[in-house]
Amino acid sequence: MEMLIFAVAAIVALASAVMVIAVKNPVGGVLFLIMSIAAQTVLYIMLSGIFVAAFMILVYAGAIMVLFLFVIMMLNLRHADLGPDSLRRVKPLAWVFGSVLLAELVWVSMAASMPASGIDETFGSVPAVSRLLYGKFVYPFELTSVLLLAAIIGAVVMARKGS
Amino acid sequence: MMTVPLDYYIILSAFLFAIGAIGVVVSRNLIVMFMAVEIMLNAANLALIAFSRFLKLMDGHVFVFLVMTVAAAEAAVGLAIVIAVFRARESVNADSLNLMKW
Repeated sequence: MEMLIFAVAAIVALASAVMVIAVKNPVGGVLFLIMSIAAQTVLYIMLSGIFVAAFMILVYAGAIMVLFLFVIMMLNLRHADLGPDSLRRVKPLAWVFGSVLLAELVWVSMAASMPASGIDETFGSVPAVSRLLYGKFVYPFELTSVLLLAAIIGAVVMARKGS
Repeated sequence: MMTVPLDYYIILSAFLFAIGAIGVVVSRNLIVMFMAVEIMLNAANLALIAFSRFLKLMDGHVFVFLVMTVAAAEAAVGLAIVIAVFRARESVNADSLNLMKW
């Protein structure tokens, strides 16, 4: 049963990820990416990462993807003509190198086998992860606020008109 | 209990990463390139969560949280750059950025 859920989620995640780079219309690409994220969220829940699963839906599918959609619609990219394909001759090379990268990654991953053992019920729950965030990892966590502030200022400065 | 072994998750993550890497190289639309980068970040996150579960160590969850924060910041600044490029070049084609091309 668990294997079946894994297989379905994995196939949906992979197929949607392929569609993201295959479809011509970027709005469709964003929707496929949301689908891929939803399938990966299923895997997170199977790995008992409840906190990150909620975060994935809220931040990735909710906020970041809406930002992408917003920009695509603001720029009206639906009919954006990219002109003649300058990469036509080197594209096969990209597939070759991509396949080599994939083979290498899979080869390395084969060695990654670990026995599955039981965990207590609080593993990955919101209180447990929050305790880590505000305890052991409080400095990195607080530093993300500086990062976000820098990103806000950067985004405003970059997108300002007539700068 | 866990009937799906660890290497299945890691190999799935490898596939997602390769798809993202190929997407960045193959596409010329800046926004599609950004989405391919997001796919690669997701692949890394999946591997982190899987290792976290099998090592019974929750540090990976915190790391994924930080990666997602960085992804959000990256998307905000990156899309602002795309808007600035679109204003200057009337295009989101990565080939239109050739000022510093040798």
